[in-house]
Parts: sequence; C-alpha cells; structure tokens
Amino acid sequence: MTEVLATTPGLYPLPDWAKEELAELKGHQKDDLISGDESAEITGTYDRVRDELVDWQIEAGLDRIVEGQARWDDMLAHPLSVHENVETRGIVRYYDNNNFYREPVVRGELSPNGDVATELSASDATQAILPGPYSLSELATDEHYGDDAAFLEAITEFLAAAVDSFPPVETLFLLEPSLVTDAPGDGEDERASEAIDTVAAATDAEVVVHTYWGSIPEKPYAHLMDADVDAIGFDFVTDHEGSVYNIQEYGTKDDIALGVVDGQNTLVETPGEIADRVEWVRDQVPVESFDTVYVSSNTELFYLPANKARTKLGALAEGAEEVSL
Amino acid sequence: MSSDGYADTRSQFRPGDHPTDHFLLTTVVGSYPKPKWLNRAKELAEDEERAFDEENLNEALDDAARLITDEHVRAGIDAVVDGEMRRNEMVEYFADRIEGYEFNGPVKVWGHNYFDKPSVADEVGYDEPWLVDEFEFTTGVTDRPVKVPITGPYTLASWSFNEHYDSEAELAYELADLVNTEIDALVESGARYIQIDEPALATTPDDHAIVGECLEHIAEGIPEDVRLGLHVCYGDYSRIYPEILDMPVHEYDLELANDGYEQLEVFTEPEFDKDLALGVVDVHTAEVETVEEIKANIERGFEVVPPERLTVSPDCGLKLLPRDAAYRKMENMVQAAREVESGLDAGEITVGYAGE
Repeated sequence: MTEVLATTPGLYPLPDWAKEELAELKGHQKDDLISGDESAEITGTYDRVRDELVDWQIEAGLDRIVEGQARWDDMLAHPLSVHENVETRGIVRYYDNNNFYREPVVRGELSPNGDVATELSASDATQAILPGPYSLSELATDEHYGDDAAFLEAITEFLAAAVDSFPPVETLFLLEPSLVTDAPGDGEDERASEAIDTVAAATDAEVVVHTYWGSIPEKPYAHLMDADVDAIGFDFVTDHEGSVYNIQEYGTKDDIALGVVDGQNTLVETPGEIADRVEWVRDQVPVESFDTVYVSSNTELFYLPANKARTKLGALAEGAEEVSL
Repeated sequence: MSSDGYADTRSQFRPGDHPTDHFLLTTVVGSYPKPKWLNRAKELAEDEERAFDEENLNEALDDAARLITDEHVRAGIDAVVDGEMRRNEMVEYFADRIEGYEFNGPVKVWGHNYFDKPSVADEVGYDEPWLVDEFEFTTGVTDRPVKVPITGPYTLASWSFNEHYDSEAELAYELADLVNTEIDALVESGARYIQIDEPALATTPDDHAIVGECLEHIAEGIPEDVRLGLHVCYGDYSRIYPEILDMPVHEYDLELANDGYEQLEVFTEPEFDKDLALGVVDVHTAEVETVEEIKANIERGFEVVPPERLTVSPDCGLKLLPRDAAYRKMENMVQAAREVESGLDAGEITVGYAGE
C-alpha cells in the first residue's frame, strides 16, 4: 500500500502585507537583510508570517507542513548568511534565475549555530528544509578551509549539527539543485553522496534529497543511490525524460518525491493533471510499488506571487488525494 | 547606403551648428531618477481620500517629463529622452498595455526588492499605442532629436510567467510583431531613433538567436533612415559576439565601463562593422567620473570602431543614481565627448581602430 503525501520544498513567498512591512522595517539594501540578530519588532513580524504560512498549508490540506523559510532572504544560502564567521558580500545570481543573493564568504570555522532549529521550533512544522551540503558549498565561497573537499566536509558537519538540534519532525527535505545545475565531477560526486549520507544520519526523520532544474547526470546519480536516504526527489516539470531514465537505469529508493507542480509558473495545475503526472511516473518505472510518494512542486515557491503559490498548495493537496496507485 | 552595406542613420542627429568636424553622437540609455515630488504625487493619486485625481497625476507626469527632458538638453545630450518618467518599470509598463497579460502581485527579485512579474494568460495582442504619447510630448518640449527606448520582446517574454504559449521563444516572436506595430506608429509620429532593450539576454546568452529572430520581426518594413539600436548589459559578451553583428540593427549599446573595459577586446575580433554605443560612465556608483576619466574611456572605444561609428552613452539607465549624480555624469560625459572631438579635429588624438 503506497502512502501518497502532499508536500512542498519550502521557501514560500512572503504574504503581500509582509513584503511591505518587512521592507519598511528592514530596508531595501544588502546590508539591511537578515543577519540573525534582528530586532524584537522584526522578529514579531516574522512570527506572524510563520503562523500565516503554516495556516496556508493546513487550510490547503497538505500532509507535511514546512516552516516556510520566510527569513531566508538569501534563499538556500541562508544558513551561512547568518553565521558569525561568514561575510556576506556582493549580490550574485541565484542559479539561472532573475533572482539574487548575497555571496556568503566563509572566513572562519563553521561552528554549529541554532538558527534554523530556532525558527523550526517556533512553528508547527512537520517537515524541515535545508540546503543539501553539496548545493550549499556551491553557493558559497571559501576563504578559510583551503580546498573543495575540506570545505564540503566543514559544511557537512555544520548541517549535520543543525539537523541534530532540530525538534522532532516527520521529514527532512535536503534541497540539492546544484547536483543538476553544477553536477559534481569525478571524485567530487562520491564526496557529495557521502556528505548527504552524513547529514541524513543526524536525524531519525525520513530524509528526501530533492533535486530540480533538470535531472542529475548518470554518474552522480549512481553515487547518490549509495547514500542512506529514504527518497530522492525528481523534477518532472523540467525534465521528465531524464528523471525516468535515471530511475529505469539505476533504480531509486523505496520512497520517492515527485516535483509535478511548477514552482516557477503562475499557471495552476488542476488536481486531475497532478494525479495524472504521478500515475504516469508509476507507469514508467520498473518498481512494484513505492512505500511513500511525496507529491510536491519541483522548486521552492518564492518565485510565485503569493496568491498563486497558495492556489497551488490547494491543487497539490487535492491532486495527491486523487492519485490511485 | 554606406560602404558597409547599411544606411547612414547617424548624420541626421548631428546638430546644424556642431562646432567640430568630428561628431560623436551623445545619448543616454533611457531611465533617469524620478523627481521626489513625482513619487509623492503618485501616492496622493492612490489615496482615495485625497482630491488628487488621475488628471492631476497626468499633469504631474507631464511636468516631470518636461523637466527631465530639459535636464538632458541642458547637459548637452544630442539625442534626448524624457527619462522614462511615465514608466514604472521596464516590463510592467508594457505588460499593462498588451492584451493577454495579467498581474497577480509582486515577486521577489532579491532581499526586499520585488517586481510585479506579469503572467501571459492568453494570446498577446496590440490594443493601444504604448509610447506614441510619450514620444509626441517629448518632441513637443525640445528641438533636439528624441530617442525611444523600448523593452525588447525577448526580455518581455522571459521576465513574465508564460501560461499560454508552448515556449518562451514563441511568445517572444509574437511580442516582436507587436513591437513592430508600435515602431510603425512611432515612425508615423516622426521617431527616427529606436533602441530595443534586451537585458534578459545577459542571463541566457545562448538565446541570442531568438533575440536575432525577434529583431528580424521588429525591423520588418521599418524605413531605412530609422536608426535601430540594441542595448545589452551585464553579461558575458564573448557568448553573443560576433553573432549579434548579423542582427538587423545599426547600433549596439553596451555596458562596458562597469568592469573597466575588461570585455572590450571581445569586440575587436572579428571587426565590429556596425556602430558602437559605448558605455563611458558607470551607473552603479554615485561617484561622478571626471571629464578626463571619461575622455580616456571614450578613447577606448576607438580600439573597436572609428570616431564616425562611435556613440557615447552611459552604461545603462541612470535611474538608480541620486539625481544630481545622474546629471553631473551626463554633463561630464558630453563635455568629454566634445573635447575628444576637438582633439580628433586637431590631430591630437590618434585612433587605434582595430579595423585599420
């Protein structure tokens, strides 16, 4: 019996009132962005935003609730941006999008900090979100550890410590788009997989390594299969063929996450379309049945206007309901 | 037609009383800081409890357009604009006027900076003129030639959500046909200098063929004496050069001062056989370049084209600068151009033009 769960990879758009309120409280320049020591007033606004984003998901009927990551001004680079030994420099492009984040430059030891755990504890989230170690290392610049392997290891330990301090959650989504967009080369692919394994080992929650903006090249995918995680997430919006190919050629875990709703287009999928896409994947893969299928958007949701993001949550929940496997 | 195979569209912008033999066409990219009172007027117009209505706001927009056009004239710019006073944002403004577009609310660009990214929810169509009123007003307040910047179809397509078309390229070509219709209307009103802005090409340089195809649609049936330019900024130019030379435009307006002409060499091989509108002041620093600095920047342009094919322009729109810095940058830019022209006339400046 397959369990079908509706969820999202987090990083929600701010409700429109909060866009204005936070811009006024914080300002528009790069020095005004989140630093981890925000004022009581700003904290209060984020508390209200967090409650609202959780309400959106409960009202929509999602099976896994995320904290919403409203504070993540620098998107997936956030956990580093607020670290005391990280300097945020110029504005750089966020993957291939018309979005930008402050370049985090690691200048000292990445000692554990409780930033993500604190916001997670403040919400009723049942699913934690973190950048995967490989993507976070790709988004950042190292001026302390000296070489790529040592830097990845430091980031891995930092993320594992963060996960270890999380309140209990059902699921942890590790977002690893860089496995697709800047796929690791020889040797690096094995290290990326081991890094994911280390972070996953720090929690009892189900761990999903979610990838998007295409499909992972074969070799890094094969290595990723060696990591002891519960599911790999695939982007069936941008590359269904490549995703199916990986699953057919190399298999996948007992659980699977399917990005079947477009996180970057305002066109809202109908529940029927969502269910069809999930069933289509089941028909393509040589697997008897999955234990758990996470039905999700392919990407984070902050690319969308708030109203459309919210409508998509409803479609996701209804679509997951309609799936018959 | 000139020996290079395209019409001379430049000499029409040379002032009748130009004091030197050499002429470096000075212009700007388009946007300019809005006067503070204009923003206040917009707030008043949005406030329903105030008596300040649409008509009052239009009067304020006219005042701003007149004021900023004058500011360009006073700085000595040869081909002027109104600083895009009536345009809120480079995609929104057009999406608001094109059938098929709808707005759902702001999306994040970075930090707390948002953009009302529109959605193409239906077939796009030409409903009303976009810029004819703006152009006619501007030509009515100055004797100088007026340049019209238009956001290009590729940027309009890629900075929108596409709900309707099978691909972004298909949407871009449809929009290009609408741009062509708009240029027809502008030319009918007397416009002779049109600049297509395609900043989105910087993110996805491999799409230069799509931009080229869009420009074919745009240039279709446009009279030969109408000068068409393409503005591109903040990208890796080696990925679009020399392919862009095949596009049906007379001039390429390029941001190059920002990184100290690191990319200038890209354009020396093969020969740059169109006009170059060289960015000579950086729009991302409020520090105003001196006339001497700008003269040196202008002379870098001669490494790519001879003086008769060099246009002098800022890197990009000036709108994010403090207004006084924007003005002083233009003023110094024009003075530098005029001094370089004299230097060329006197033979004091020699041209290290790559094509020679």
